Amino acid sequence: MIFVTVGSQLPFKRLIEAMDLWAGDHKDQPIFAQIGDSDYLPKNMTFCQSMTPIEYDKRLKEATLVISHVGTGVIINALEQNKPLLLMPRLLDKKEIRNNHQLTSVDYFSTFSNITIAPNEKTLDTLLTQMLDDNRLENKPVKPTISDELITVIQKFVAA
Amino acid sequence: MSPVETKRKKILFISSSGGHWIEILRLRAAFVDCDAHYISTDKSYNESLSSGQFYSVRDASRWDKIGLVLQALRIFYLLIIIRPDVVISTGAAVGFFGLLFAKKMRIKTIWVDSLANVEKMSLSGLKVRPYADLWLTQWQHLATEKGPYFHGAVL
Repeated sequence: MIFVTVGSQLPFKRLIEAMDLWAGDHKDQPIFAQIGDSDYLPKNMTFCQSMTPIEYDKRLKEATLVISHVGTGVIINALEQNKPLLLMPRLLDKKEIRNNHQLTSVDYFSTFSNITIAPNEKTLDTLLTQMLDDNRLENKPVKPTISDELITVIQKFVAA
Repeated sequence: MSPVETKRKKILFISSSGGHWIEILRLRAAFVDCDAHYISTDKSYNESLSSGQFYSVRDASRWDKIGLVLQALRIFYLLIIIRPDVVISTGAAVGFFGLLFAKKMRIKTIWVDSLANVEKMSLSGLKVRPYADLWLTQWQHLATEKGPYFHGAVL
């Protein structure tokens, strides 16, 4: 199951439209999309607008691939479950977000082995088809760890 | 509980919904044996927590002044009710209010600016500076000698 999610804050029409088009060409692929408060309604994928954290966890567990924006929430949740991610940044120019942090964090997140970045809709389509063809979706052991130093600094501060 | 036993620290985790919330949940790793309390802007988070006490507050954008005042008042009230030993936040407005009031109440405060803020500290992260006893960024290149300080990230 491919799980497409736009996060809880804002819709992301460009991602949903691109995925809906792709789904139309790949009817054999099971896809579920969480589309947010969007006026574009997918024709080729089952979808919902929002979901509770429990529903979200369930979809994530079932997913073989997670397609989303470059949001820290979905990245942490998916990596914790060793799920590969294909991410497209929201752009300020297109009014998809209030600042360009998704674009500027792309370099950092693309160093993670389970994360593939699609700069735009066209590459999203190509990369997705490639990932499925290459069977690149086997889980890689990349559970993210929180920095030990950060934990120690906080613990020392709290104990002081 | 025997009187010899040391008191468990009461920690208040406060953040807005979405990525800030997911990041603050990762920070629980730093507080092993504690009494955890949570404040966020999405009611449904209550059911996803397996332990600890959850309180919801209204959401308010930077431009919704009345909403912000009501949000701040509720956070102030919750701080009085909870009386935590430490308040920690990853953002945004709710975290700012949480740390502001906590500091006035002489509660220890920690700000860990969200990973999402790559180019510069968030607006709330900058404004919270005078009220954050521990003022952190998760990006090395944003750290300066006078803070924010960098000691790693939640992933």
